[in-house]
Amino acid sequence: MSIEVAGTAEAKAEGPLKLAVPRGALLGGTLDVLDAAGVDTAAVRGESRALIFPGEEITLVTMRPSDVPTYVESGAADVGITGKDVLLEQSDRMVYELLDLDYGRCRMVLAGRKGDERLGESQRRLGLMRIATKYPRIAERYFESTGRQVETIEVKGSIELAPLIGLADGIVDLVATGRTLEDNDLEVREEIVECTARFVANRVAHKLRAAEIDGLMGRLREATSG
Amino acid sequence: MIHPIPPGTRDILPDEMRELRRLHRSLIEAFESRGYGEVATPAIEYDEVLARGDGRAAGSAYRFFDERGDLLALRSDMTVPIARLVASRYADAEKPLRFCYLANAFRAVRPQRGQMREFAQAGVELIGAPAPQGTVEVVEVLEAALDAAGLDRAVIGLGDADLYRQLLAELQVEGEPRDAILTRLEMHDLVGVEEELKRAGIGDEQVATCVALSQLRGGREVLERAREIGGDAVERAIARLGETFEALEARGVAGRVQLDLGLLRHLGYYSGAILEVYDPALGHVLGGGGRYDGLLERFGVDLPAAGFALYLERVHIAQMEEESRRGGPA
Repeated sequence: MSIEVAGTAEAKAEGPLKLAVPRGALLGGTLDVLDAAGVDTAAVRGESRALIFPGEEITLVTMRPSDVPTYVESGAADVGITGKDVLLEQSDRMVYELLDLDYGRCRMVLAGRKGDERLGESQRRLGLMRIATKYPRIAERYFESTGRQVETIEVKGSIELAPLIGLADGIVDLVATGRTLEDNDLEVREEIVECTARFVANRVAHKLRAAEIDGLMGRLREATSG
Repeated sequence: MIHPIPPGTRDILPDEMRELRRLHRSLIEAFESRGYGEVATPAIEYDEVLARGDGRAAGSAYRFFDERGDLLALRSDMTVPIARLVASRYADAEKPLRFCYLANAFRAVRPQRGQMREFAQAGVELIGAPAPQGTVEVVEVLEAALDAAGLDRAVIGLGDADLYRQLLAELQVEGEPRDAILTRLEMHDLVGVEEELKRAGIGDEQVATCVALSQLRGGREVLERAREIGGDAVERAIARLGETFEALEARGVAGRVQLDLGLLRHLGYYSGAILEVYDPALGHVLGGGGRYDGLLERFGVDLPAAGFALYLERVHIAQMEEESRRGGPA
């Protein structure tokens, strides 16, 4: 459904729509969905190490998934695709979440060592669990909402290491297949939230480039449904 | 030696100040020439008084005690202080009243360019003039202000604050589920809106209706599209918006107005028409406003009212971006 914009607003939009594309685990799925939606992704798939791929209708800008809300909030990118985990962790970034793209499905979980009762024991005897995570805000919100106190320890590298050598009682992390947990003798204790890729837009772009964004959104919806 | 200042505050140095003053003067002149007299109110007020105006936002992020132990707060906007001023000093004056201001306000936001915790606003309040004529006058003044600032590409979004409240009442969604849905709508989290509506037991068809409605923005044809979606609440909102839009057209000021059924503002006191201002050169909203026909009553004088405020730092950024787009200072 495309919608015309009032007055002269439509004529004021300039250049192709800038779409922030997440590199990393979401990249493959994102490019497939964009192809299905009729957006040319050949250049991104090539060998080029460029970050910006200009197109006639849409310019693709590749970046870390966690940078997508930053670029879209400021309007440096008009629209973007990133994981719900990133949006939850950066919930103070004002972006419009327009569509669940239904790929890149994974779970945010609380995990601990197999057969190890450290999580429960720390909670019961010390009143505080130590949780290592790359998602401190999601973790804090989750434990607060379930009435438990935690110390969140933010780590940047392999989270799995933390409970294995005694930095933390457990971890809050994103799990796709569970292989990494399995390999490190960890198991899922609680599921916090399920995450998929989402289509987001800058507030002002959503108003001033309504027809283009609605058009792309419609095509993405078709490409991901069914 | 470097002496720190609190996060979200900043010093303004002469080059910037000179440009800001130029902007201040042109805006105040635009307001004054339309009969809006400038007022100033204290930056600190009693917390209780501010909270009376906007219970949901519960006043300010900055609160402290004075030497008598009274709880004071820094204002988070100028609309509530002016409502307080009108109730205290103009209760019996002839209406409508027209005031303008240029003042700093304070909010606990994540500091970034154009979004500081202490920020300057310029705006007007039109008190005692009901919809639609009062709304139309405010939009006219807003357009004059944008012209005075040289932002000829700016667009004004016009929506209706009561639409979703009434729509949800029609669907018999109340209390916590209703607030959750309104919060998602205000953030324009469409995935969340859908989830919350389903959780509240709304059928698929009506969920799709709500989501589609919140996506409608554009010219007059938006009202037709909304009418096809149907329902009493939608019909009433369309009637209000249509009436306002027609009055704007009659005054020849509808050209830069975009009808927007997805618009919701986070402040609790809005009712009826709501406004937002955008410029294509800037990713942030330049300002906003609308009607708050119930606000003055909370201060003991039952008067319809409307107004808007522009974030001056953002207007200044937009001016600079527009200049560099046109190729150098105008």
